[in-house]
Amino acid sequence: MKVALRLLGALALLAGSACGSGSDVRPLTVVGWGGSSQDAHRKAYWNSFTTSSGIPLREDSWRGGLGVIRTKVIGGDASWDIVQVETEDLILGCEEGLFQRLDWAALGGRDAFIPSAAHDCGVGAMLWSYVIGYDGDRIKGAGPQSWADFWDVKRFPGKRGMRKTPKYSLEFALMADGVPAGQVYSTLRTPAGVDRAFRKLDEIKPHVIWWSSISQVPDLLGSREVVMSVTSPGRLIVANRTEGRNFKLDWHGNIYAVDYWVILANSPRRAEAAQLLRYMTRPENQARLARYIPTGLTSVEANRIVDPKLKQNTPSDPANMTDALELDADFWVEYGDQLTQRFNAWVAR
Amino acid sequence: MPGSRAKPAEPRRRWWAFALVAPLLIFLLASFILPVVLMLSRAVTDRELQTVWPDSAAALRHWHGNGLPPDVLAQRVAREMVAARRNGTLNRVANRLNYDVVGSRTLLYGTADKLLAGAPGNSVAALARIDPRWGRPAIWAAMRHADGPLTSHYLLAALDRRLDRDDRIVGVAPEQAVFTAIYLRTFKISALVALFCLILGYPVAYLLASLPERRANPLLILVLLPFWTSALVRTAAWAVLLQTDGVINSLLQAIGLLDAPVQLIYNRLGVYIAMTHVLLPFFILPLYGVMKGISPVTMRAASSLGASPLRAFLRIYLPQTLPGVAAGAIIVFTLALGYYVTPALVGGGADQMISASIAFYTNQSLNWGMAAALSLLLLAPLLLMLLAGRTLARAVPA
Repeated sequence: MKVALRLLGALALLAGSACGSGSDVRPLTVVGWGGSSQDAHRKAYWNSFTTSSGIPLREDSWRGGLGVIRTKVIGGDASWDIVQVETEDLILGCEEGLFQRLDWAALGGRDAFIPSAAHDCGVGAMLWSYVIGYDGDRIKGAGPQSWADFWDVKRFPGKRGMRKTPKYSLEFALMADGVPAGQVYSTLRTPAGVDRAFRKLDEIKPHVIWWSSISQVPDLLGSREVVMSVTSPGRLIVANRTEGRNFKLDWHGNIYAVDYWVILANSPRRAEAAQLLRYMTRPENQARLARYIPTGLTSVEANRIVDPKLKQNTPSDPANMTDALELDADFWVEYGDQLTQRFNAWVAR
Repeated sequence: MPGSRAKPAEPRRRWWAFALVAPLLIFLLASFILPVVLMLSRAVTDRELQTVWPDSAAALRHWHGNGLPPDVLAQRVAREMVAARRNGTLNRVANRLNYDVVGSRTLLYGTADKLLAGAPGNSVAALARIDPRWGRPAIWAAMRHADGPLTSHYLLAALDRRLDRDDRIVGVAPEQAVFTAIYLRTFKISALVALFCLILGYPVAYLLASLPERRANPLLILVLLPFWTSALVRTAAWAVLLQTDGVINSLLQAIGLLDAPVQLIYNRLGVYIAMTHVLLPFFILPLYGVMKGISPVTMRAASSLGASPLRAFLRIYLPQTLPGVAAGAIIVFTLALGYYVTPALVGGGADQMISASIAFYTNQSLNWGMAAALSLLLLAPLLLMLLAGRTLARAVPA
């Protein structure tokens, strides 16, 4: 019995040291959205960061959702350091203490960034939009020019790709129903407005293929499974460049938002993570990102020095933003749970 | 015990046998049974308020009233709300109460911040001046429902039910009700997949069992090969085959059977096709085993006694294969109940099974109580089914 106990003790020690050393040995880990956006970050920042600083990087990708981060931070799994998050996750996670507060002086001050990109816990990674994307080889002539057109399955027969979340879907539905961009969120803040959005979604539901990761969109369009899709522009433009596609975009009624970099509260590599954040937000480095994926930049100086041609197909081009809607993160923080529940029940029906 | 002294070798041998099994037993206990029990226990336990707001939870258990609570209770809640906001644990209570009353999250954070800024919170009326929702019974009823240590909230929610303010069980709002429908769908898909496996698998198993070994073995490999391939890979392959521009549609159009592609994927049809294919070996293999054990003499005897081939099959052969059919059907049905990846990849929104909801609550919203309750409700009928299956297998003459 004594021997067994000692053995057990030794095993426990071994297991303990294995776990302990695991987090020490693991390289600095950065987590993005996968697909061509992650490829762009790798080419623009990560490769050169490792070369210049000698700090090796490990990559992971995820689909969002604060639950994943809560599990890691509260559950003591310190496998991620820097993560790209959406606005509501930034707000909620910051309140809950899941992210570290940033040292803004080291990042060059809040004024060095566009207003929505500076937050206590996060710094803007990209400024991007959800727009209508379609295959120019299938829809010849005039393509869809509004969300009402997206809903019009008579004029544009075929399936639609939409993100399987109430966020964006409800806003687009209201715009398709004729609500001007400026009144979308005030309408959604009323129960009647939510009902109206769901009624409008009912119309298009039989024609929708839901995607959960943005990296599915080029595949769905490319395999002709859908004729048009809600998409972020960058993915399709990259597919046009690398696969010779003829994907087209329509910017009317697009919803734009900023994605943020955060450092997880339980990151064992804070200093290195902060170093990578500084590297990724430096204007000359950010300007390089636009070469690999069309995206709006968050650094004021980067927006000044970037080649104006690279602003095409991004929210940084004012011509694209005439009737655009800024994502209201406060709305989704408040109503997200309720609407997600209702939306999931609606999708499953 | 006198008996053990007479035969000293017996208990020692038993001890050795136990010692040999012990590592596996401990491993199973620690890595499987214990985590499953711990996880499932979340379906009926409620510890958030107890842990984060111990004083308030205790006071809530003493307060049995409906309507608005005494001011003492409001004071405790206000004090612990501020404390929790300071040390970053308020989100646990906020999330828990949000399951019951939507908007609790913003209510708690908003109130805590106002209290921190110096607003008085020493009575219900004072809290109601910060936010009028404190002056309504709903939030207090939600807290009383969450005061632990046990709760019916998750199990009721998994059946589209909830407790109202007066502790009566009522249905949730129709636009939120979803789980009973998904459960029924899960059982229906699983049963139909088992049926399709029976229709497709029975002749295959019969062919395998009746061929001489030399010719049966290569065919058996054809059954085993997909069996050894990951379900994910096979489902992804089906996605390629079934898509609108995929192999099957192009083929049917090329030979002129179709004018326009038909929708074979992202709907129920795709789910049936892919799941039947993925699960077919689980039906064929046990049935093949049973069929191999049936002596061909019985069929010959039947026909020599004048039975037509059909009659001989129905009266002699089929009954002998029923244990194999039952085993295969139960295995397929049981495995199908838990399917997640296949419907996710080839199904549409209305083809998702209960595992998709469990995964959503586990990974996305992190409402593990809900995930546990849904799992428990999936597990319970399953256990009943297995018991029924055993009785059935015994009742069938082997």
